[in-house]
Amino acid sequence: MTPVSSATGEHAGDEAGTSWFYNPRVRGMIFQLLVVAALLGVVAFFAYNAKTNLERAGIASGLGFFSERAGFDISQTLVPYTNDSTYFRAFLVGLVNTLLVASIGILIATVIGFIVGVARLSKNFVIRQLAQLYVEILRNVPLLLQLLFWYKAVLSVLPSPRQSLEPVSGVFLNNRGLILPEVIGQPGSGLIGYAILSAIAGAYGIWRWARKRQLATGKQFPSLLVGIALIVLLPLLTFFVTGMPVDLSYAELKGFNFAGGTVVNPEFMALLLGLSLYTAAFIAEIVRAGILAVSHGQTEAAFSLGIRPRRTLQLVVIPQAMRVIIPPLTSQYLNLTKNSSLAVAIGYPDIVAVFAGTVLNQTGQAVEVIIITMLVYLTISLSTSAFMNWYNRRVALVER
Amino acid sequence: MDTGSVAYVRTEDAPQYAPPSTKTGAVGWMRDNLFDSVANSILTIVGIAILALIVPPVINWLFIDAVYTGDSRDACVVEGAGACWAFVNAKFGQFMYGRYPFEERWRVDLTGILLIAGLVPAAIPQVPFKRETVLYLIVVFPIAGFVLLTGGNVDISAGFWVSYATLSGGLLAIVAAVCINAKLPLARPLIGVGLGVAAVALVFAIAAFDFGLVYVETQLWGGLLVTLVVAIVGIVASFPVGIVLALGRRSHLPAVRLISVIFIEFWRGVPLITVLFMSSVMLPLFLPDGVNFDKLLRALIGVALFASAYMAEVVRGGLQAISKGQYEAADAMGLSYSQGMRLIILPQALKLVIPGIVNTFIGLFKDTSLVLIIGLFDLLGIVTLNFSDANWASPNTPATGFIFAAFVFWIFCFGMSRYSMYMERRLHRGHAR
Repeated sequence: MTPVSSATGEHAGDEAGTSWFYNPRVRGMIFQLLVVAALLGVVAFFAYNAKTNLERAGIASGLGFFSERAGFDISQTLVPYTNDSTYFRAFLVGLVNTLLVASIGILIATVIGFIVGVARLSKNFVIRQLAQLYVEILRNVPLLLQLLFWYKAVLSVLPSPRQSLEPVSGVFLNNRGLILPEVIGQPGSGLIGYAILSAIAGAYGIWRWARKRQLATGKQFPSLLVGIALIVLLPLLTFFVTGMPVDLSYAELKGFNFAGGTVVNPEFMALLLGLSLYTAAFIAEIVRAGILAVSHGQTEAAFSLGIRPRRTLQLVVIPQAMRVIIPPLTSQYLNLTKNSSLAVAIGYPDIVAVFAGTVLNQTGQAVEVIIITMLVYLTISLSTSAFMNWYNRRVALVER
Repeated sequence: MDTGSVAYVRTEDAPQYAPPSTKTGAVGWMRDNLFDSVANSILTIVGIAILALIVPPVINWLFIDAVYTGDSRDACVVEGAGACWAFVNAKFGQFMYGRYPFEERWRVDLTGILLIAGLVPAAIPQVPFKRETVLYLIVVFPIAGFVLLTGGNVDISAGFWVSYATLSGGLLAIVAAVCINAKLPLARPLIGVGLGVAAVALVFAIAAFDFGLVYVETQLWGGLLVTLVVAIVGIVASFPVGIVLALGRRSHLPAVRLISVIFIEFWRGVPLITVLFMSSVMLPLFLPDGVNFDKLLRALIGVALFASAYMAEVVRGGLQAISKGQYEAADAMGLSYSQGMRLIILPQALKLVIPGIVNTFIGLFKDTSLVLIIGLFDLLGIVTLNFSDANWASPNTPATGFIFAAFVFWIFCFGMSRYSMYMERRLHRGHAR
């Protein structure tokens, strides 16, 4: 067990029996007791100080503040919120904003990352060098600097609303953000949502069935094509059958600003751009390493079996590369989620800016607020790593 | 010639094929790498189009249209002007030292020279005396740097010395009591503990000694100085803590293992911003009345705790890479746990994780920019602060400042990442044998 197990009493010089000092069990117990006692001592010291300091400052403790009126406005709210709402509402708004920017960021970063990663392995010299340039520049510059650059040097110097850029008719880009037409659902539009859901379920069912049939009989079925067709066509069909129940309301210039339309804040855009471009550089390297990790012998073996290049990629290279790619990819997803807390620097109302910023300043309950914020991130991290461990066990190589 | 039995005899040469397209030279290379198929040709053209679209305007803005000289915004608000390098020129001292007093800046330079004097021999594998160099870097240099940068002469009261002496005496008494109870020889443990206590006292004494340097409060520090101080203190402090945590996580003692796992996973699971918020807002609450840490020290504590969790995982990777035979050999030689670790396992494991440590340092170096959120002015912080200087406000000032800061960060990070790759190749070669 313990490496000291071989130590005997011979060190004790001329003593006859073995000293208890050299008994690994006793040593282990004493050492652990000391560590735990020291830890408890430090915690107790901090807790005592915190209690006296808070009492002297007259700050209440506990979570009672959650039900008090917040009294401040938030620039982007996906859940109903006014300045009359409670602090708990404000907390929820921040949490949803964090999850929103993280999930969209993960999506974009994955797409860019895979494209750049594959481009870095391209045979084409120009493409390869472009991809490498992208990776080396973005990876070696702090994310916060990139966020501030997008926010202060790019998006804030866009023209004012009156001179808005209009890349596509009805879409405006100016220093107040990106203004998109608002989608207004008429009665019956709910059906489209159901159509999308059932199409996805149907596509999954077809894929399961096709796989089973192929395993049993060897007959192939183009489940990917059929699935895509289903997901595209069924909602479209519903859209026309129900009489096109969706309106687009275009934004209009009124006075100095636009009225109507859906506004994407510049803070959100800057955060999304910065997070996804930065993380994509790391994902690109992971993808490249993953593909290179599949030995060339695998490809040659597939070719010698007469499998065509496209099928080789699909059946031999990608499944093995994914096994290498997925674990570091998840940690990049986690990094992106944690990095979204940099939102506070450019004023995007995520959980840190709203809760650990404004709410903390208003209530003064630093301990509770910081601990809750940390617990939120900890929950996200730990549940993701639990999922990852499960996934890893599933796809891990089964060795003899 | 008799041609009776043969139906056909060629009487002239077969038509010659055209020579194969060249495989050498610039044209051959381009044919092979850029235009070997339709799809590839399209990619090449798109790639070149992207370059043509981006590079000329960027070069124009950065160099050709840029304003290099001038002493106010007037030089930079000219129509069609590019980057405002005059701004960087005028503020360069601030970007490097912050508001560190002008006549004291030699101290910062000297600290930098001391650092380089240690780093260069430590980084080049062929230079001998590695152990001494590392000791210099993690013991001598931090003390010298502290004295040089702050001015030393820390106000340590007589009361502190009294309590320190009492504590040391108590510690020695406990060690003596344990030794007597366990029937062990007294001399060695007592001398060891005594030397340790004396060494710590010596550090305090040096900090309290008056070298005649002017005190420079950390409020005045800024720019690249703060960036480097935060990153280096973070990595140096996290190194021993990380090793202890990594050993704790692989320990057989359940309480030690549990505490290490919780500590590591907690710090790795939360963003650095919340850690910095915690150390700047929550830490003062945890200290007794009258004890006050300055802002920089609080940030340093947060960064060090955060970095040590990452360092622990890097070191653990190294420990796991050492084959089991090495551990068993240490046991078989009758070495104690600390001897085995110190003499057999850690020297091998730490050598293996040099690239990992450098990568952690790169991450930490980039993350130091976050201290601007809690109101410290590192390089990025001082650059953004200067955007609000009315004397230099121009449309191109922010972009110029950011590009300057990005370039400084990039040089450091890129250089370190190349070094880490070089070490990785070197270590790999040793392993392949």
